[in-house]
Amino acid sequence: MTTVATVKGGGEGTDSPYALSHLDALESEAVHIFREVAGEFEKPVILFSGGKDSILMLHLALKAFAPAPVPFALLHVDTGHNFPEVLEYRDRTVAKHGLRLHVASVQDYIDRGVLKERPDGTRNPLQTLPLTEKIQSEKFDAVFGGGRRDEEKARAKERVFSLRDEFSQWDPRRQRPELWNLYNGRHAPGEHVRVFPLSNWTELDVWQYIAREDIELPEIYYAHEREVFQRSGMWLTAGEWGGPKEGEAVEKRLVRYRTVGDMSCTGAVDSDADTIEKVITEIAASRLTERGATRADDKLSEAAMEDRKREGYF
Amino acid sequence: MSTTTTEELSATTLLRFATAGSVDDGKSTLVGRLLHDSKSVLVDQLEAVERASASRGQDAPDLALLTDGLRAEREQGITIDVAYRYFATPRRRFILADTPGHVQYTRNMVTGASTAELTVILVDARNGVVEQTRRHAAIAALLRVPHVVLAVNKMDLVGYEESVFARIAEEFTAYATDLGVPEVTAIPISALAGDNVVEPSATMDWYGGPTVLEHLETVPVSHDLAHCHARLPVQYVIRPRTAEHPDYRGYAGQIAAGTFRVGDAVTVLPSGRTTRISGIDLLGKPVEAAWTTQSVTVLLEDDIDVSRGDLIVPSKDAPETTQDVEATVCHVADAPLTVGHRVLLKHGTRTVKAIVKDIPSRLTLDDLSLHPHPGQLVANDIGRVKIRTAEPLPVDSYADSRRTGSFILIDPSDGTTLTAGMVGESFATPEPVKDESDEDGWDF
Repeated sequence: MTTVATVKGGGEGTDSPYALSHLDALESEAVHIFREVAGEFEKPVILFSGGKDSILMLHLALKAFAPAPVPFALLHVDTGHNFPEVLEYRDRTVAKHGLRLHVASVQDYIDRGVLKERPDGTRNPLQTLPLTEKIQSEKFDAVFGGGRRDEEKARAKERVFSLRDEFSQWDPRRQRPELWNLYNGRHAPGEHVRVFPLSNWTELDVWQYIAREDIELPEIYYAHEREVFQRSGMWLTAGEWGGPKEGEAVEKRLVRYRTVGDMSCTGAVDSDADTIEKVITEIAASRLTERGATRADDKLSEAAMEDRKREGYF
Repeated sequence: MSTTTTEELSATTLLRFATAGSVDDGKSTLVGRLLHDSKSVLVDQLEAVERASASRGQDAPDLALLTDGLRAEREQGITIDVAYRYFATPRRRFILADTPGHVQYTRNMVTGASTAELTVILVDARNGVVEQTRRHAAIAALLRVPHVVLAVNKMDLVGYEESVFARIAEEFTAYATDLGVPEVTAIPISALAGDNVVEPSATMDWYGGPTVLEHLETVPVSHDLAHCHARLPVQYVIRPRTAEHPDYRGYAGQIAAGTFRVGDAVTVLPSGRTTRISGIDLLGKPVEAAWTTQSVTVLLEDDIDVSRGDLIVPSKDAPETTQDVEATVCHVADAPLTVGHRVLLKHGTRTVKAIVKDIPSRLTLDDLSLHPHPGQLVANDIGRVKIRTAEPLPVDSYADSRRTGSFILIDPSDGTTLTAGMVGESFATPEPVKDESDEDGWDF
């Protein structure tokens, strides 16, 4: 006698032919977000690192405004420790789509003595000041980031439209509730809004969409032989940025990258996935999150990401 | 293996759902169990939880740490805000709006429910349907969440008794049906022991229905939305003005409801001008028809004035435009909403000036009684509001369209989101509860 427990009405598991696939639903939502920003802000910009999330953002923006060009410029926070393949990809992409590129350079800040190199050599936390000063000086009022809520638990709390004060700070206790798809972009002069069109995407969604849309990525995302050395349990690429140190042995390994960031803190993973199909299979089976596998900076403390985000990090 | 796998994974659908439960109903355990048993918790996340639990001197890993992401939450051991979680099975991908259960966080449940197609309401089998359960059911009904799951938790503590479950399920279903909830599925579970969450229970063989996860995987999504009144809020006008596309003029937006076809006679609101759809571009590719919730660009036969904020609708099925909006609202800001308050109202893609003319009643969610003319609404209050807008708006009833029947109020001075609004009647039944004391408040 389980009558009360059965489903009333509705067919058993039959999705309407009008139901969108999950990738179509995510794509449509992201496009809606891009168009809301284009309609409501004066000077938006897309943060572009040459990593897969920002490449995906640009691809979605291109589709959102087709056949017109993307009405946003790109902003790259250059740590000075970039993978050369990624810089090459960045410049080629900018030229191909006739985009405008702004660069905020960490190296400039170090050269001018405004920022100091950290003893651990990572430049990730040093990106915040050049980024926020560039936002202020260029008067960007909406800044698209490729952050996804599945990356990290502080990010799981982030809104799609995330208001930042004149110091670019994030206050998780004073976030605006987001209701339906009615995004509120109101802000005072000097404040800006960080916008995350990929909020609801997971790493696997990103890769499936890249496969479906046949989006070109920098080669370092696919398995290749590379000279690496081990530090804090991660395979780092040897290079002028400051590795290896004494006692760290360089070896040639078959690796690929799951994320792309500063060379000093982005680790490679052992992998023979040299095609996108193999990458998807590998990720679907992985028992590690992408940040857990490859990012040193998130391991600094339990709230490392939240603390950096509060200060204005993306 | 690979190509098929990719296609299979891409063909899955997306279900957005929300959870609601009181502090001790075991919501964190249920969420933790869903994530854990569907193998969505990865090794490094578990290790981080183990490390943090050990550093606090706890013996066992505290699964709530998986979901409490902020410093203040971990320090105080509470959840202060909606968080969004992601997990997947081979059949479907899920976005879970994990909403805190405290009474004072009604606004968070409203936020989570606004985008949800399904809500899981937890009750403790020992306590049955309590005030908080009725509150959760009322919010699900107000927000018109199409599917409600009643998860009767802690069945292990009532000897897995069928009669306990049946009594609670019956009482809840009767209450929810009165509120107009279209569908209730009751499932007896033990989140702690894992009964009927992901795996069927070995001890409750009297239960023949689905587990929570099975139900989440098979419940129909986006049902009937394609057959509703068609509505396209214009977000942005696309005019390339390039050599290749000198005359292209497209109206971009996400279809809020219904289906549009090339050749349809359409009216642009609020101006009322009419024309026909001459083409639809689905993100760069021409199509013959498009439906909710696709983001499209529509081309019109005549060169009429259309801009951001306008609403394109079928000429034979256009909503009335009005400057007097009556709605049920949930106040979400800390500062109160008062009669005479000057606000901005965002409806679809249009933001207009508005003034709060009247607050006829405030609803007490516990017993659905009405407090007439409360004078103001404070944070987490739900009430009826009459609003006068500076320009006519084409609003639908929220019962007909969650997208074009909803709006938010914004404080023009600092941009704070003040209030979530739903146009028209509150509940699906005209008079959910008899209230003798109320003469003029709940006038529908």
